[in-house]
Amino acid sequence: MLAKRIIPCLDVKDGRVVKGKNFQNISDVDDPVALAKYYSENGADELVFYDITASREQRALFCEILKNLAQNVFIPLTVGGGINSLSDFDRVLKCGADKVSVNSGAIASPSLIREASELYGSQCVVLSIDVKRVNGIFTVFSHGGSVDTGMDAVAWAKFGAENGAGEIVLNSIDTDGVRSGFDLELLNAVTGAVNVPVVASGGAGAIEDFIRLFTLTDADAGLGASVFHFNQFGIAQLKRALKDHGIEVRI
Amino acid sequence: MTGIIDYGCGNLFSLKSSLRRLGENVRLIARKEDLAACDRMILPGVGAFGNAARILKQCGMDDAIIEWSRKGMPLLGICLGMQLLFDKSYEFGEYNGLSLLHGEVAPLSAEAAVVAANLKIPHIGWNSLRFPSKSKLFRNVGEEEYVYFVHSYHAKHCNENLLATVTYGEEICAAAGKGNVFGTQFHPEKSGDTGMRILEAFLEI
Repeated sequence: MLAKRIIPCLDVKDGRVVKGKNFQNISDVDDPVALAKYYSENGADELVFYDITASREQRALFCEILKNLAQNVFIPLTVGGGINSLSDFDRVLKCGADKVSVNSGAIASPSLIREASELYGSQCVVLSIDVKRVNGIFTVFSHGGSVDTGMDAVAWAKFGAENGAGEIVLNSIDTDGVRSGFDLELLNAVTGAVNVPVVASGGAGAIEDFIRLFTLTDADAGLGASVFHFNQFGIAQLKRALKDHGIEVRI
Repeated sequence: MTGIIDYGCGNLFSLKSSLRRLGENVRLIARKEDLAACDRMILPGVGAFGNAARILKQCGMDDAIIEWSRKGMPLLGICLGMQLLFDKSYEFGEYNGLSLLHGEVAPLSAEAAVVAANLKIPHIGWNSLRFPSKSKLFRNVGEEEYVYFVHSYHAKHCNENLLATVTYGEEICAAAGKGNVFGTQFHPEKSGDTGMRILEAFLEI
């Protein structure tokens, strides 16, 4: 049986993981490679890295880190942040990324989704969508959630899947950071409209949230950042709870 | 030394790193002449079947791979690299493969069981293996261990060469082999500790 996936997400800035803290069993939680190894040895099914730096020098540093990661961690790696062109895809794929997550870059240039999937295969193109309700309508926001594009999120997800995105990551701005659970309503709206895997992001605060995610929606994976970085619960502990609820997981 | 065929189809970084982690010498092989220095060969690949088959032919690698397997040398195809070992594929047309394994490659989306269960395409994620027959490649792996898949096409009518299956609507081919020719639909280099044990077994063949 295909297992539901648990995916820690690491934001990397100036070569360090942002907001990682509170681990007693690894010496340097801000080191992306140390943290990635820790997660992969403790049950993570995949890892997502966001490059949240801006300058060219920092971008080169990010690539060095990525290479180091890919030499040490043998589970799938998704990379996002600042992906605006095919040459950005090329740059991170050459450093060992398996999938590339595109967000604002695809909004600015929607043909990027098809071009990248034709060149590298659908399996490597992930469309990441930041969504917020505006007058009750799921609306796409760009630039880290700061710009209202006015686009309908369900229609955008559908466009992405039809144009070659192999996976959709849905980040709910309404639930992000609130830790009161994933946005189940949004997830159901999108999983009902597309036939590619959907990854839920934003709102994970408790084990119960993941149980609800996988029993009440058709999402394929749950992504978490602070909930794992602050070691609120371990991934192994989470997976045992999911298994006890009859949810298929890799243990 | 293991030669990884480098024909521009896919990201070889992780595969190279995982073999090096196991202490293996690795060389990327872009010219068939360089195969002479290798003891075993891996044919990786992502992308479309037709394009990959065309490139292999252009560089004469198709005949080199067939010749290699005829000598009984160990060969492992991964993902599209496995699919290329079969007779033919129906991905965007009809293309001939290397015919080292018997069977053909067809879209998951056309399978009645996949349609009936409304399963997502591609089949992405960790799925558990079953072994209908014993194989040297999986001697260190138990039933129901998970490995990482990402594919939209699968090999079928390959029962005589079937080594491992996975359930996606129905039992589909996860690995096939004959003699020292092996193919995995999943990515051992992305399958954590389980994948490492599979690669290690291949290095010992």
